[in-house]
Formats: sequence, structure tokens, C-alpha cells
Amino acid sequence: MKYNLLLALSFALLISSVSAQDVKKTIPSATVKSLDGKSFNTSDFNNDGKPMIINFWATWCAPCKKELNNIAEVYEDWVDETGVKLIAISIDDARSQTRVLPYINGSSWDYEVYIDENQDFKRSMGVNNVPHTFLVDGSGNIVYQHNNYAPGDEDELFEKIIGLLN
Amino acid sequence: MKKILPLILFLAGLNQAYSQNPLQVRGNFSIEAQYYQEDSAIAAVVPDEQIALQGFGNIILTKGKFETGVRFETYLPAFVGYPAGAPWEGTGIGYRYAKYNGDKLEITVGNFYEQFGSGLVLRTWEDRGLGVDYALDGIRVVARPIDGVTIKGLYGKQRFNFDDGFQNGDGIVRGADVEFNLNQLLDSVINFKGQWTIGGSFVSKYEQNRDPVYDFPENVGSGSVRLKYQRGGFQIGGEYAYISTNPSSLNSNIVDIPDSLDPSVGIFQYGQGLQMNTNYSKKGFGIGLTASSMSNMALQSQRNSGPFDSWINYLPPTSVLQTTLLAQFYPYATQPNGEVSFRGDLFYNIPKKSLLGGRYGTKLEVSYTHIQEPDFPVVDDFEANRKGIEPTLFSWGDDTYYEDFNAKITRRVSKKFKASLMYMYIQYDNDVVLGAYDYNNNPTKGVVFADLIAFEGSWKIKKGHNLRFELQALFTEQHLQDWFAVVAEYTVSPHWFLSVVNQYNYGNADGDQFNFPVVSSGYINGSNRISVTYGRQRAGVFCVGGVCRVVPASNGLTISLTSSF
Repeated sequence: MKYNLLLALSFALLISSVSAQDVKKTIPSATVKSLDGKSFNTSDFNNDGKPMIINFWATWCAPCKKELNNIAEVYEDWVDETGVKLIAISIDDARSQTRVLPYINGSSWDYEVYIDENQDFKRSMGVNNVPHTFLVDGSGNIVYQHNNYAPGDEDELFEKIIGLLN
Repeated sequence: MKKILPLILFLAGLNQAYSQNPLQVRGNFSIEAQYYQEDSAIAAVVPDEQIALQGFGNIILTKGKFETGVRFETYLPAFVGYPAGAPWEGTGIGYRYAKYNGDKLEITVGNFYEQFGSGLVLRTWEDRGLGVDYALDGIRVVARPIDGVTIKGLYGKQRFNFDDGFQNGDGIVRGADVEFNLNQLLDSVINFKGQWTIGGSFVSKYEQNRDPVYDFPENVGSGSVRLKYQRGGFQIGGEYAYISTNPSSLNSNIVDIPDSLDPSVGIFQYGQGLQMNTNYSKKGFGIGLTASSMSNMALQSQRNSGPFDSWINYLPPTSVLQTTLLAQFYPYATQPNGEVSFRGDLFYNIPKKSLLGGRYGTKLEVSYTHIQEPDFPVVDDFEANRKGIEPTLFSWGDDTYYEDFNAKITRRVSKKFKASLMYMYIQYDNDVVLGAYDYNNNPTKGVVFADLIAFEGSWKIKKGHNLRFELQALFTEQHLQDWFAVVAEYTVSPHWFLSVVNQYNYGNADGDQFNFPVVSSGYINGSNRISVTYGRQRAGVFCVGGVCRVVPASNGLTISLTSSF
């Protein structure tokens, strides 16, 4: 009982100190792998001061592929208009990881793709299920996130990107 | 509770000490509740409590290079058929850690998940949806002394069950891994035409032998080597693993020894596994080949754990994970005691405005998997009445455990309509895989041969409004025979969805026809999602490593809430 109380108090203190500062969240540090096998620290993700989309997906996740395929159809326009970059984080494990590169190329995607093979990055970003999309502004702050995918969600995402530029 | 308090105080101290770096809080929640109804026709299970509630919340605090996290878990009680292995009961802390993330050194104390290479000798992981959690509890150090070199070391006990808090099993797991990216490492010396990564792992476990009969090895060692090469769209890679003698119920190397003979000289065999993959792809085209073979590869930190518990390594099935509703009847589970498997994948994007591609292009995905029993050579060079199995790789036995062929074609027909058609053939030896059950939860005997056809259409009605529908039919003479399924899902982006699903078992051999209707609706706002589902759930099967488990049928109302922050 005593511990419960202490625990609750400590958390309340910590969280209040955070919200008081209104801290913007940045991308946490985790190690992912590029498709050619290099380790990459996620806190180093950047797009030269322009917005970034971070999307968690997997080759076995139908709505994820739908989302990334639908965005792929308009991605060129998005990049031209806003300079945005999409970073696709595959959470495929050893079972399906070898399908990632053939699938991406087979689908003609132009995204930057990394593999989060044991879901360390997914955990540190607080992702429950895929697909889960984050929008990061030019200064590296996470400004928007969306779970699930329904056709048309990409329009809302694009509006948010445009909103960042104004 | 005692376990977490020092961490909190530690962090509170840090907060004072490094106030120039703002503290960031993030995490996620999931709460699910189910109300169970009686439904004897499908042998629906109703727990005594009638309502089950389970949930978890992860809270991660980061401040500069320091990070600490905790997961609260609640099972009051857990859903029927959840979790996969040893029970999770009550409410408490399921996971907690503190971590220092330096540029060259990362140190974690407490719980952690880790993977060496492809996981053949070590992968501790979690899947909260399935109800598996193999977290280690101890210390892990990761060093990146120079570019291109990663060294990992770990020591810990492993989560076994949950009883008002996570509980570790008896075994101790120890491991080290080193990986070199030769291009980064030898950047200034050699100019490679392609990317080379090589690595190796060593993992051992200790567990006191309490068996009154067998002289089981208390220390079991395992090691693996791996290699990966990539140049442009070409990749080739593989990993070989070896496990010293580790008799267990999942490995084939426990051999009954007559009482008259000294059991301490039992015939225990080592284990080995090899996985290889190569693929080539360019824009609009991808092809891949995978080959894998296992022999005595089960590695658990407690010898007498159940088939879902205490796994140190990870043996992924070679077959492709299917998400089509009716295809989930026959999932394959890797047979750790021995199998030989092959898979080929093809992805092709038929270009836009070509004869076959149509105005918007057409996507083709094909995959074929074959998994065979290995030849089990008998070792009998000890004495005539004591025989063992020689662990071999890629030796071909008589029985086909699993085979599937599936092809899917997806095409945007117009700006508003996209359609896909899928065909799948499955051959499934249920005496081995044990994933197909009847309505009384008894496993089906023999081999199941099934054909599946699924059509999916997605129609954009107006901006933000979309109707997706699926028609699926599964034909088989075995198991529960023929099925027909309909899925209709209406979404209003970005917030609402409503779906109606019915699975109709019209060809059941017992003469009974079963419908499994489910209605589900939900609201999504950013990273928050709430959904309500009502209906009849047929028994589902899921497989981890070498075993499949049936989640019993149920009927009732489920409310689920997930959130990330």
C-alpha cells in the first residue's frame, strides 16, 4: 500500500513537471536496420528541415500496404509540393523480412525503408498496432499521429503537411 | 511494486540533475473487455466471471540519454484462450527497465527484448495480441566502438508467467553477439562492390537438473554464424545455428531407454538449423527464394515448460502469413524436431497503359511454399535396443507437412474502384501441425486439401467515404468442409468504421450448418481508437514456433480501446 502511494505520487510529480513545460516530443533513439544491413539510429532521421512521415507497416498487414500503395500514387506530387519524405518502418520479423525488399521494388515505392526487426522502435514510439503514421515537423517534433487506415486518411495527412508549411 | 520504486526515484533524481534536457513522456494503452454468452451449438466457452477484462499500459520516460519504462498489465481475468502459455492473472507490473543510450554504449537494466541475427539462437520478443512475452530480466550491454561493429552481451532470467506481476522462470540465459558491416569497417581500405555484413552469436542457458531419471545437461550451449550480401537489388544471406544436446519434449532426441540400462548415458543429440535466402528486385519486379531446414532446434530456458513458454530462440515458419479470413484456418507451425522447407515469391507490377496493365497498372503477387518431413536416420551404434535420431539438414523424408500456392492480382479499375482476386491451394498434414479442429475442439485426422478463392473490391463513394467488400469461398472435403464468407466495411475517413462479417459453414459433414456473424463499429481520433464488436467468433488457431493452439469459439460483446501518446 505504501509503495502504491509512493509510486502514484512519483508519477504524478514527474508527469506534472512534463506537462508544465509543454514539451514537444521528438523521435526517440532506437536502432533499426537499413535494407542493406547497416544499423541506423532513429534519432538521426532528418529531412533537411522539411517534414517527415514515419509509417509503421508490415508485409503481412493488408491495410498497411493499402495505405502505402495509395500514398505511392500521389507521393511524387507530395514531394514536389512540400518536400516531405516518407520513412517506412517495416516490423516484419525473420519470417517475412526477406519479402520486404522484393515487395517494395515490386510495388515501385520510392520511400526510405528500414526494418525494425524486434520492434524496439515500435515500442519506443508507443505503437499498439500497424499501420500507425506519425508526422514530424521540420524541427524534428512529432506533431500528429494516426492509427489504422481508411482510404481518404492520406488526404487528412496531406492537409496536416500543408499546415506545417504555412 | 518494490521492483519499480527505485527506478522512479532514480529518474526523479535525473530530472533534477539534467534539467536542461526536457523530460519526454510517451507510451500506449490497450484495454479490452468481453461479455460472454452461452452458445452450446459452437461449444462457446463462458468463463465463471462472465466478463473478462484485460489491458496494459506502457509508459516510457526519456531525458537526454536516459530512458526508463514500465508496463502495467491487468488480467481480471484474461480472455478465454489467452495467453498462449503459462497463465497471466491479476494486475501489476509486467515489465520495467532503465537504460542509458550513449553514442557508443547502451546499457539496459531490468527487462529487455533482444534478437541476435535472424533469431535462430536468440530472440526474446513479445506479441500482446497473441499473448506471448519472452522478455529477459537482467543486464544487457550494446557497444558500437567503431563504425560497422556492434557487440552485444546479455545475462538474465526469462519471464514465465504473470501473477499480480511478471514472474521469471528458473533458467539463466547468457549470450553474446558480434556483427560487422565490412563496408563501414573497412571503408578506407577496401572498396567493396556491394554491402557485406557478417555476424556470430553464442548463447547458453543454465538450468538445474531435477529429473530423477535422466541425466539432462544443465548447461546447454548454442552458436550461430551469419552472412548477408547486397548489391543493388540483389541480396543473399543465411544463418547456420548449432545447439548442444538439449533433450526436451519438442525435440526428437529423447529416446525411451529400458529400465535395465543406465539412463544417465541416454542418447541425446545436438541440434542444428540452416536458413538461406536470396532475392532480386528492380522497379516493378521482385523475386525471392528461401530454403530452411531444422533439426532438434527447440531451445527453451526451462526444460519442462509448456510448448508456448520460455522460448529463447525463434523458428519462423517458412510459409507466408495469411490474413485472408478463411485462409487462417490452416496456419503452419515450424516443427522444431525437424523439417525441410522451401519458398518462392514473385512480385510484379504490370506497367500502366500496357495491354495487361490497364490504365492504372496491375499488381501480381505469387508465392509457393513446400515443407517436407526430413529423413530421420536412426543412430544405433550404441547398443541394439537403444536408438536415437541423427540430426540432418535437407534430407528428404516421405511426408509432406505443408504446401501452399497462392496468387493475387490487384488492379485499379477506375479512379473510384480497386479490385483484387486471390486463389490459394493448401495441403496441410494435421496429424503433424495440429492446427485444424472440429466444433468439439478435437483435432482433425489426416491431411487437409483446400482451395480458396477470395475477391475484394474497394469503392470510393465520395471524398472520405469508402466501401470495401470481400467474398471468399473455401472448398475442402476434409475438416469442416466448405465455407463461404462475406465482409463489408464502410469507412468514413478519418474517424468512423462499420463492418459486417459472416462466415457460413454450409458444407459441414455433420449435417449442421453454422453461421458466424459479427458486427463491429469504431471511432478513431488520431492515435485513439475505440471499437465495439458483437457476434459469434469461430474457434481460431494460432501458432508460435512449433505449436498451434486453438482459441475456443465464443459469442458475445467486446469493447476495445487503444491509445498512444
